[in-house]
Amino acid sequence: MTPEAVGPLVAEPATGTATPVPRGARRVQWTVWAQRYGALATLVVLFVYNAIATPFFLTPQSLLFVLLRQAAPIAIVAVGMAIVIGTAGIDLSVGSVMAIAGQVGATLVLHDQPFLLAIVAALLVSAVCGLFNGTLVARFGVQPIIATLILFIAGRGIAQLITGGKLQTLADPDFQWIGLARPFGVPAQVIVAVVVAVVAWLIMRFTVFGRYVLAVGGNETASRLAGVPAARVKLLAYVTSGVLAGLVGLIAVSANSASDANNVGVGMELDAIAAVAVAGTPLTGGKVTVWGAVVGAVMLKLLQNTLIAHGITKEVAQMVEGAVIIAALWLQRHEA
Amino acid sequence: MADQSAPLLSMQGINKQFLGVPALRQAHFEVTRGEVHALIGQNGAGKSTLIKVLTGVYAKDSGRIEFDGREVAFPSPHAAQLAGLSTIYQEVNLVPFRSMAENVFLNREPKRFGFIDWGRMNREAAAILQRLDIDVDVTRPMYDYSIATQQMTALARALSTEAKLVIMDEPTSALAEQEVQTLFRVIRQLKSEGISVVFVSHRLDELYAVSDRVTVMRDGRTVEECPMSEISRFELVSRMLGRELAAELSHRRGDEDGALADRQPVLEAVDLHRGRALDGVSLSIRPGEIVGLAGLLGSGRSETARAIFGADPHDSGTITVEGTPLHLKSPRDAVEHKIGFASEDRKTDGIIPQLSVRENLTLALLPHLRRHGIVDRKRQAEIVDRFIKAIGIKCSSPDQPIRELSGGNQQKVILARWLCINPKLLILDEPTRGIDVGAKRDIQVLVRQLADEGLAVLLISSELEEIIADANRVVTLRDGRSVAELTGDQITEDALMHAMATGSAADDAGTDAGSPGSTA
Amino acid sequence: MTTTVTTPGRTTPGRRVRAGLLLQRQGALIALVILVVFGALRYGEKFATGFNLSSFTGDTAKYGLVALGMTFVIMTGGIDLSVGSVVALGGVVAIKVSDHGLLPGLLAGIAAGAAVGVLNGLLITKLKLPPFIVTLATLLAIRGLALTLAGTRAAVAAPGGFQKLGNWSLLGLPVAAWAMFLAFLVGAAALHYTPWGRQILAIGGNVDAAKLMGLPVVRTTFSVYVLSGALAGCAGVFLGSQNGSVDTAAGQGWELTAIAAVVVGGTLLTGGVGSVLSTLVGVLLLQLIFNLIVFENGKGVINISSFWESVIRGAFLLVVVLLQVRLVKRRSATGRPA
Repeated sequence: MTPEAVGPLVAEPATGTATPVPRGARRVQWTVWAQRYGALATLVVLFVYNAIATPFFLTPQSLLFVLLRQAAPIAIVAVGMAIVIGTAGIDLSVGSVMAIAGQVGATLVLHDQPFLLAIVAALLVSAVCGLFNGTLVARFGVQPIIATLILFIAGRGIAQLITGGKLQTLADPDFQWIGLARPFGVPAQVIVAVVVAVVAWLIMRFTVFGRYVLAVGGNETASRLAGVPAARVKLLAYVTSGVLAGLVGLIAVSANSASDANNVGVGMELDAIAAVAVAGTPLTGGKVTVWGAVVGAVMLKLLQNTLIAHGITKEVAQMVEGAVIIAALWLQRHEA
Repeated sequence: MADQSAPLLSMQGINKQFLGVPALRQAHFEVTRGEVHALIGQNGAGKSTLIKVLTGVYAKDSGRIEFDGREVAFPSPHAAQLAGLSTIYQEVNLVPFRSMAENVFLNREPKRFGFIDWGRMNREAAAILQRLDIDVDVTRPMYDYSIATQQMTALARALSTEAKLVIMDEPTSALAEQEVQTLFRVIRQLKSEGISVVFVSHRLDELYAVSDRVTVMRDGRTVEECPMSEISRFELVSRMLGRELAAELSHRRGDEDGALADRQPVLEAVDLHRGRALDGVSLSIRPGEIVGLAGLLGSGRSETARAIFGADPHDSGTITVEGTPLHLKSPRDAVEHKIGFASEDRKTDGIIPQLSVRENLTLALLPHLRRHGIVDRKRQAEIVDRFIKAIGIKCSSPDQPIRELSGGNQQKVILARWLCINPKLLILDEPTRGIDVGAKRDIQVLVRQLADEGLAVLLISSELEEIIADANRVVTLRDGRSVAELTGDQITEDALMHAMATGSAADDAGTDAGSPGSTA
Repeated sequence: MTTTVTTPGRTTPGRRVRAGLLLQRQGALIALVILVVFGALRYGEKFATGFNLSSFTGDTAKYGLVALGMTFVIMTGGIDLSVGSVVALGGVVAIKVSDHGLLPGLLAGIAAGAAVGVLNGLLITKLKLPPFIVTLATLLAIRGLALTLAGTRAAVAAPGGFQKLGNWSLLGLPVAAWAMFLAFLVGAAALHYTPWGRQILAIGGNVDAAKLMGLPVVRTTFSVYVLSGALAGCAGVFLGSQNGSVDTAAGQGWELTAIAAVVVGGTLLTGGVGSVLSTLVGVLLLQLIFNLIVFENGKGVINISSFWESVIRGAFLLVVVLLQVRLVKRRSATGRPA
């Protein structure tokens, strides 16, 4: 039963004195452009600069195995974060979820379980973490910062409890495919990141769920009154973020050949939020740019690497990163 | 002190542009001492801009403002307040978690040794409210009180600043009739104390009831300024619109009523109860019928609509849709059953501001535009184009964000959102509130036409004229209970007011002003 | 037909809300008392001794100062994530400057924190950027600055004067604890008895109304970030003086501990409602849980790993948050102000 529009409607032209608000001056146009493409432009500038100034930058080794391989985990988490932020939420728990997923996967493999089971179990546990966050936000109406803060605090403790905080070393090529393999000479995690980004982009652009995320983030009450299942949409957003974080947890553990609950994913929430923010996604919700999150992640990584390559300390690079985030925000301010 | 015969406020040749678009063009405005001055105009005529320029929210581009004998240019609302110019805004602007006394005295707290003197603050606040005939516990937080009391608190705040001029921006839009009377009494009292009042309202009755003079604005210009007694309603409205008012909406209901009564109701609600908000509401709506839902504020009109739509749960009572008893648990269920609901607060409950006209328009239809979870964008575009044309939505393209549209056009998009699901029942809660007269008429005509094509409509409006003009039948609510039903020629202003006030449909309309409530 | 015009809302739910607020505030206090009694009974003298009290309050003081600043920020409806990094910066600066004397070191640490607060405040009030992200950015940047100043290793204080600050005690309590209690008392008085305090709550309750009422919204908002920065800097000074050094991870995650304490204390994260002394209760409560775990392990009957600490803190936060949600739901049930 597909409803078609009502038949003959009023044919008479409207007489309202409606005047669309004029879309204004050139200055606004410029900031809109900067906001949308600022991160990309910065990335291009950094890329060109490095291509000229940095020896061996334009080699697959440098691009694929340093830059993209480092940026891939952040990009994956940032994609999930972007969707959550699109619903006007935030997910601070991603780092802890990474640690939990890594521990679960590693522990199962070390206990001679099949690697597939370990991966599935790890992702399921991550989904449960997302469900926990989502339930607090969607069903109980807890503010997202606080709801996910709970798991942020408790999650790392849970991860540490799994093995009593001990480092577990791994050697299972099947399980570690995602972190170590190089199909077609490309690091597996880069491939995974590209797949995640493309799928997320398709979902956000073409599916009803994608529209619903934007609607809920833009105005939740109105969405609900229009029949949008707002609670379910938010729940799903947090589960997505949780699963993607879990996936990155597995990548981290695999790539290190060790599961270290104390350090896996520390600070990841900040990196991911920064990646989303520099690419012009407003943190107030209602907008999601998946490619922006990816570009933001790569850009921040390249910026950091460039600075460090020029003898600037990691600490100063961190300060520059902070300044870049502020600049991105300042550009965003012009919207709305 | 300035010359007492000169006007208290004089604004001359005021210009103000936003991004190159003029909002005020050579506007002028004068208020004398101790008068109540009505300021009217359509939405976008420049009233609010004029007030904001006056109170220091915006800076004027050019022009001259004199207040109390001195040229002024207030840099902030605070500066205006200090000079004796208080503004009470449409949305009550108070701090909900703070006590009533604090809300009256925030920023001017009485102090002893540099510390806030709570005892004195509470006593003084109570005294000022008493002057307004309100006897309440001023130490309780603001959210404990009704909207009317909150409004009175805002007024008390204005009085405590020793205001010379009080500006009220649509103060009555949230008030029930008796509360309006209390407000009017206070306004008259202010006047007798020599305080001037600027009164902005869309309700003509109120303007005539309380104002001495009127200023009419249109397109950023002042087009009329005269004593209220010298201008008729018709002249006033045509001044506002800048064209002769089209003939009144034709009353088309009389001839068809007989036929309507036989049809099976689209929706029938029997004895709905919910907490203290709904205490036995029964009504039925048949295809092709516009049922008006009348009642004072707080009588349960919106609550009834929300219960029928599944937006709020109800404790008991039955809802039957086309003969089948249903339990609608969420708006989503209601949408599945082809019921649409345009709620009264378009901004918070209706539009998704950042999203385009297209996405806003098809939001409720999305489940039906989906194939394996993917939106069928071609059909979406077709439907959007058709409705933009059919309803006359003015937008630069379907991709324009809805927040850039005028209020009337936003409302049309919301209507289209529901019409495109091909509804059986449309619930309209204050569909024409806060939109200009032209768009209002468009919407009224559209709703009538849809009803004639067989749609069932439940219409909630605070404007009696709107209900009288549009409804085939009117159900009146009082204290959460449906108390009277009027049909056809029974629907008159007197009968409606009587039903709303007393709960019976007797024709002996008693429009007693009602004693100001000093029931603590 | 006399209809009540100005009915004072719906009385009963309103009262219930206030009862809920009270219960919630005292809930934390009650839990604190129960835990203290439990500790005293279970661990006897060792728990109750002056040494434990002294080390407990001295330790807690740093978190307390940070949480106090956070309370004011949250009451305006904002947030300050940068405090952890500011603690590190304050500590490092104080240690560097303390070569020139104790007092200059102390003041320099606080001033450094206040300077970060000024930066946050300017970005938030002048450029109108969202506090969450601004302070997230300064969290990154200030940690970078602190590490750079320290030469990417722990900053170690010269033995002598500066470390004395951490060891001095008065009537059995360390100077840091006195500073904390004094700060909380002054903070509570300022909140209740000064227009500044009322403005903070008004801004958090309804910023538009506050603006229209002519409150100095920009100035007051700015001031809470400066205060938060200064208090965090002060906490850094105590950290440095107690440990004699500030390591590279100093203060990491403190922002979340502070937020948790504020929430446990009953301050609404949306702003507008809050109590300074309840935050103190919240800090003491959260730290006491840690303290008890140490004792439990010391007893050796069962061995609770320290990892449980974070889990228990998280669980505690969960309970408090769910209580707050109930409270807020009740409030909105008492009537939807248009």
